[in-house]
Amino acid sequence: MSIENALINIAPERIEIDGVTKSFTTNRGTIVALDNVSVKVAEGEFLCLVGPSGCGKSTLLNIIAGLDTPDSGRVLANGESVTGPGRDRMVMFQEHALFPWLDVLGNVMFGLRLKPGLNNKERKEVAKYYLDLVGLSKFQHANIHELSGGMKQRVALARALAPNPRVLLMDEPFAALDALTREQLYGDIQRIWEARRKTIVFVTHNVREAACLGDRVLLFSPNPGRIRAEFQVDLPRPRDINSVELARYSTEITTALKGFTNKQGTEAAE
Amino acid sequence: MIRSLSSIVFFLTLLLAWEFVARSGHYSPVLLPSPLNVLEYIWQATCDGTLWVATLVTMKRLMLGYGLGLLFGIPLGLITARFRLLQDTLGLLALGVQTLPSVCWVPLALLWFGQTEAAMLFVVVMGTLWSVIIATNDGVRAMPPIYLRAARTMGSKGLHTWFKVILPASLPYLVGGMKQGWAFAWRSLMAAEIFVTILTGFGLGQLLQYGRELLAMDQVVAVMAIIVVIGLLADRLLFSPWERFFHRRWGTGSMK
Ligand SMILES: Nc1ncnc2c1ncn2[C@@H]1O[C@H](COP(=O)(O)OP(=O)(O)OP(=O)(O)O)[C@@H](O)[C@H]1O
Ligand SMILES: [Mg+2]
Repeated sequence: MSIENALINIAPERIEIDGVTKSFTTNRGTIVALDNVSVKVAEGEFLCLVGPSGCGKSTLLNIIAGLDTPDSGRVLANGESVTGPGRDRMVMFQEHALFPWLDVLGNVMFGLRLKPGLNNKERKEVAKYYLDLVGLSKFQHANIHELSGGMKQRVALARALAPNPRVLLMDEPFAALDALTREQLYGDIQRIWEARRKTIVFVTHNVREAACLGDRVLLFSPNPGRIRAEFQVDLPRPRDINSVELARYSTEITTALKGFTNKQGTEAAE
Repeated sequence: MIRSLSSIVFFLTLLLAWEFVARSGHYSPVLLPSPLNVLEYIWQATCDGTLWVATLVTMKRLMLGYGLGLLFGIPLGLITARFRLLQDTLGLLALGVQTLPSVCWVPLALLWFGQTEAAMLFVVVMGTLWSVIIATNDGVRAMPPIYLRAARTMGSKGLHTWFKVILPASLPYLVGGMKQGWAFAWRSLMAAEIFVTILTGFGLGQLLQYGRELLAMDQVVAVMAIIVVIGLLADRLLFSPWERFFHRRWGTGSMK
């Protein structure tokens, strides 16, 4: 396999989440993190998950990634049951999860080294291509602790993209960043998504961010974790986070979010 | 440059103070030899070969025992950290046995192996092994589990995960454990050499012991000084490069 092959767009994957339930038992009691959740993610779709803290978004992402198994229900990737992690589904974790014992290039190379069909020279070229894509080619030999928070997230993005997965699972990747860096990354991620054709499941607390990036936005509510509402965002791309049309969508979503969180508050108070 | 200068000034001052106290005549020279006496002994014992041979004999024993301790200690520490059953059995045993001062192994070694090299080796290995197990085990358990999850999504499993994730992730602890193991190996070897008198080799510990018996304090102090120097050299050559590496990578080890 040549580098062109390694970089070539591969068909994005279709994901079906079918009646997934997951609960955690601790000595504080049992929490139903996900209660019979079903979602279909189309090939090449950009799906955003929004919801208050603790409503099971990360849990769902981990289950799609194959890192956790559901108590009941199943996840299908391109029709095949997910039984464990796979290189077709890469994760960008809520924490950057970069390896401090490797430099930037070493981190991006980690997944590539495990990918058969390439020699080391080709792997290096692929890694450099993605570092370039996230604007960090100058930092390939930097240590992780020398990077700013935003740069770490970019490295994590490059690391997730490098093995050319069909699905990208992103867990609040930009939560810790300043507004400017974030805006820049919104542009980057849309560009990458359009250029490289991937199915993306993107978790965020930020409704505007969800409306800016997603084809579709799902609203979750906690205790038990369920999908409460679904919004289709029909705006042309690339979208500007500050545009008026986008503000309309995000107001609509926020209203819905407030609606059911308030209701839940009163339910709990009763 | 400034750093080595400050080290040199410090040690010179220390030596001068010692020489001064020794010359003041308050203490009998039999009990407190001056640094010059000690140097004289070192010179003479180096020329007649005693010191070389003793150092060589001791280093051979140390390296063998320490090497074996690491060879078994690191893998055992790695697996006790990852399997609950081993944690509750071998891990607990290591935790308990590790608290034994290494001299405590000497009587057992003498009864089992007699006055032999094997007894010596046994004491050193016992002195090293358990602390290395504990340090490695602690290192692996301190590793954030997110590294393993990230590695798994990228297709790492089995031996690859052990060598490319778990081992490097616990490197700072491993080096700490190796340093501690080294110190423990020295302590146990000296204990062994002082108590086990054998004819197959005359090490630094035995030199120390004979110095005491002959009331040759210059010899005693010289051997102690040599042990200190070897310890410092080992630190510089064996451990410092690793420490520098991980301080640079992890961004730790801040110092004014
Ligand atoms: N390993 C675990 N053990 C026990 N409880 C867990 C575990 N993982 C998640 N939970 C619980 O499951 C619920 C959902 O957690 P999850 O991390 O999926 O939330 P989230 O939607 O990602 O929240 P946030 O937006 O704050 O990241 C929470 O109540 C959490 O306490
Ligand atoms: Mg989360």
